[in-house]
Amino acid sequence: MAGSPARILIIGAGPAGLRAAEMLAEAGCSPILIDEAPRVGGQIYRQPPRVPGFTRTASELYGAAADRARDLFVTFDRIRQRIDYRPSSLVYDLIDNRAIVASEGKSEEIAFDAMILATGAMDRIIPAPGWTLPGVYTLGAAQIALKHQGCAIGKRIAFVGGGPLLLLAAHQYAKAGAVPAAIVLPSRFESLAAAGLRLLPMPRELSSGLLWLLDLKRRGVPVLFGHRLVKVKGAESVTGIIAERAGRQRVIACDAVALGYGLRSETQLADLAGIRFVFDAERRQWLPETDPLGRAAGRKDIYLAGDGAGILGADAAEARGRLAAHALMTDLGIAHERYRPKPDKTAVACAERLQAAMRAAFDPPADLVTAIPDETILCRCERILAGELRALAGLLGAREVNRAKSFSRIGMGRCQGRLCGHAAAEILAGKLGISLDSVGRLRGQPPIKPVIVSTVAERKA
Amino acid sequence: MTARIALKSDVLIVGAGIAGCATALQLARRGKLVTLIERDQAGIRASGVNFGGVRQNGRDLRELPIAMRARAMWDELPGLIGFDGEFRATGNLRLASDEERVAQLDRFFTAATEQGLGLVRLDRAELKARYPWLSDRPIRGVLCPSDGHANPRLVGPAFAFAAQEAGATLIEHTEILEGWYANGAFHLRAADNRTFAAPMLVNCAGAWAGKIAGWFDEPVTLAPEIPQVQVTEPLPYRIEPVLGVMGGDFYLRQTFRGNILFGSGQGRATPDALRSRPLPETMRRGAEIAIAFIPHLAHVPIIRAWTGVDGDTSDGVCVLGPSETHPGLFHAFGFNGHGFLLGPAVGAVIAELILGGKTSTDIAGLGIGRFRPARKASAAPARGQHPDEERDASPEQNGAQNADRGSIGMERNEQAAGAHQRAEHGQDR
Repeated sequence: MAGSPARILIIGAGPAGLRAAEMLAEAGCSPILIDEAPRVGGQIYRQPPRVPGFTRTASELYGAAADRARDLFVTFDRIRQRIDYRPSSLVYDLIDNRAIVASEGKSEEIAFDAMILATGAMDRIIPAPGWTLPGVYTLGAAQIALKHQGCAIGKRIAFVGGGPLLLLAAHQYAKAGAVPAAIVLPSRFESLAAAGLRLLPMPRELSSGLLWLLDLKRRGVPVLFGHRLVKVKGAESVTGIIAERAGRQRVIACDAVALGYGLRSETQLADLAGIRFVFDAERRQWLPETDPLGRAAGRKDIYLAGDGAGILGADAAEARGRLAAHALMTDLGIAHERYRPKPDKTAVACAERLQAAMRAAFDPPADLVTAIPDETILCRCERILAGELRALAGLLGAREVNRAKSFSRIGMGRCQGRLCGHAAAEILAGKLGISLDSVGRLRGQPPIKPVIVSTVAERKA
Repeated sequence: MTARIALKSDVLIVGAGIAGCATALQLARRGKLVTLIERDQAGIRASGVNFGGVRQNGRDLRELPIAMRARAMWDELPGLIGFDGEFRATGNLRLASDEERVAQLDRFFTAATEQGLGLVRLDRAELKARYPWLSDRPIRGVLCPSDGHANPRLVGPAFAFAAQEAGATLIEHTEILEGWYANGAFHLRAADNRTFAAPMLVNCAGAWAGKIAGWFDEPVTLAPEIPQVQVTEPLPYRIEPVLGVMGGDFYLRQTFRGNILFGSGQGRATPDALRSRPLPETMRRGAEIAIAFIPHLAHVPIIRAWTGVDGDTSDGVCVLGPSETHPGLFHAFGFNGHGFLLGPAVGAVIAELILGGKTSTDIAGLGIGRFRPARKASAAPARGQHPDEERDASPEQNGAQNADRGSIGMERNEQAAGAHQRAEHGQDR
């Protein structure tokens, strides 16, 4: 094995980070793999705690993707002794060639020669009246509850939003014994059917999607296509939702809501690292710019892999993890003859087509965000209403999101706009009648997630 | 040079921070045709991203007269700009934790009291009784009850808005590259080649003002001042006064929303000083000091941090007053990271100077002449005896920081050039 004395950091131990770690370990490098979760797998293959009482199997947890999950875990076990794995560790700042890491109540600065950012994704949220009531979860949180904690977010759950994960999560909840109250999708059945046709060359994806839908139908779960969420009802907590189609409203009783309109990339660390961003008109998001292998624009020593560099899904994330590791080793002159990038490039191209079809099927209509009622809480950290943002749109140059943030406090709370920033930008652009990219993007600030004062103060020996 | 004059006015003002906007407002209200030119957006730089302290306490005595005039104006903001700036007189508490700083604080107490500033001196027991959340570290406090804090994100833009309402013309996103005096008028050329001219010019260009002064043969070297502030998540409101630690380079306040803001040390700016970002080592040191003075803060989450860029003069106080080389030119810059309080009065003083040739406020110690190249050794100003040592822990450290930060508009040092490539991050807005 050739190996390299270079210090290589991988941030994120989901499918992308794990495959990158595998490639590097096989080539004799021993990368540092830093992950926020206590166990590997990322959000998609999140594992239950390693304590007695959690007995659900991989196929119960991950369904059709159980084999891929198992293979990742086996791979991790194989390379575990050859890498420096740091679970439960949050990288909260990235500056120059230093990652600032919080773990066990202390901070540590880790210098690197090269880094692979595999920071994954989180839900895209479109606020609706009542969305901050107890009982409303992001779809991702609903999945974490099920996979990690082994519990359901409620007894009768409404799944609202879009994307294949919504159907998958509903299906997983149903299998676990919590039959959904309804599936509410703003996308129309026809667009789903059209997307299905585009997926004919991808029978596995098509059949699993159909399977989830048919399973939900079989269990008597209402699947409401073309319906918008009007409001979440409840005084103290969720008691139901109101969905609407063509002026006709339906009340659905439920005690929890899983909300998510597809995924958006987690890009805060890429932002802090000074990587150049470009606006992706298809995904309607600013994304770190990379070459096809994941080399970051503006930083020679950083590579991006997985959904953090644009949503392409878990399977493509594995391929992108390997491609990024390949590019990194090529650039650093680390020998790794056996790898052929072609199949992974093909897999990524295939995922691009799949994602395009998914967007066509599930992307909510543009006015779903821009038409949020004024009285809706937009920024839940700071309790800023959509109407407040609209009122100051255009005032003294608040035509740009950071200026709007400065005037309104939107995005100044503990999530720094990770949850509301997207909707805020859409609302600002919609109100001013200008394009989404022209309102810019919220700039990230360290720490990217809240860190306790004593954790910042105390240095790890 | 024969350039087309884009706009004729009585007064040109460069820099739409609070100082520039307040000047524009005062002049426009008195019928002057004012054009206010801003490279970016009004109130977006030091005026908008500072700590928000409205503080006379611990001021250099040369700045105290204008500070006291400014403080009175903060009560009048609703009448002046139609908005109170969220200013509340919560008091400012300066703390000292060693004998040397106690002596410094006592000297300030005596001198400022003589000038009429209302102050309360507190010993350790009194501090503990009034502020039970403080640790045992401070042994002396001086409280200035009339001080307080306001919302910097909104005050600058509110002044800009009021100035426009009063008739001033605000031109944003316009960088001035060159300035000269000819044919009885000051001329400014913008990056887009527009030229502006007026018989009067006010230099309120903040961290970039030293260069503008240089166009008119009185350059001032400014070191970038990049204060870094950390923000905790909101907590129940408990900490009433704004805190400042003498010589400890530490300041802290709680907003009415509940967030605790604390700052200490410097972030990092790009060489052009247009962008800055927080530094992890500065955040760590701030966290250490925060815990040392308020132990309960150990358990509170920090949710973000920000920085902004101001200009530091070599003697720690601002440049305010008429040019010594060009009648009709006025300077108001170099606020050393504590110009937020002064802004409203800067506008009033400059307007008095422009309209009547004199001001009722004692600005004798603030003239640009003190930076004239010294003919005699005694002409050089000494940083020496001013009691406001908010920014530096020790002389060596301060020297090192200044070397590290380089100077704005002058040669760029290597580290700063590196920083430019690495960090393209904005200030908190």
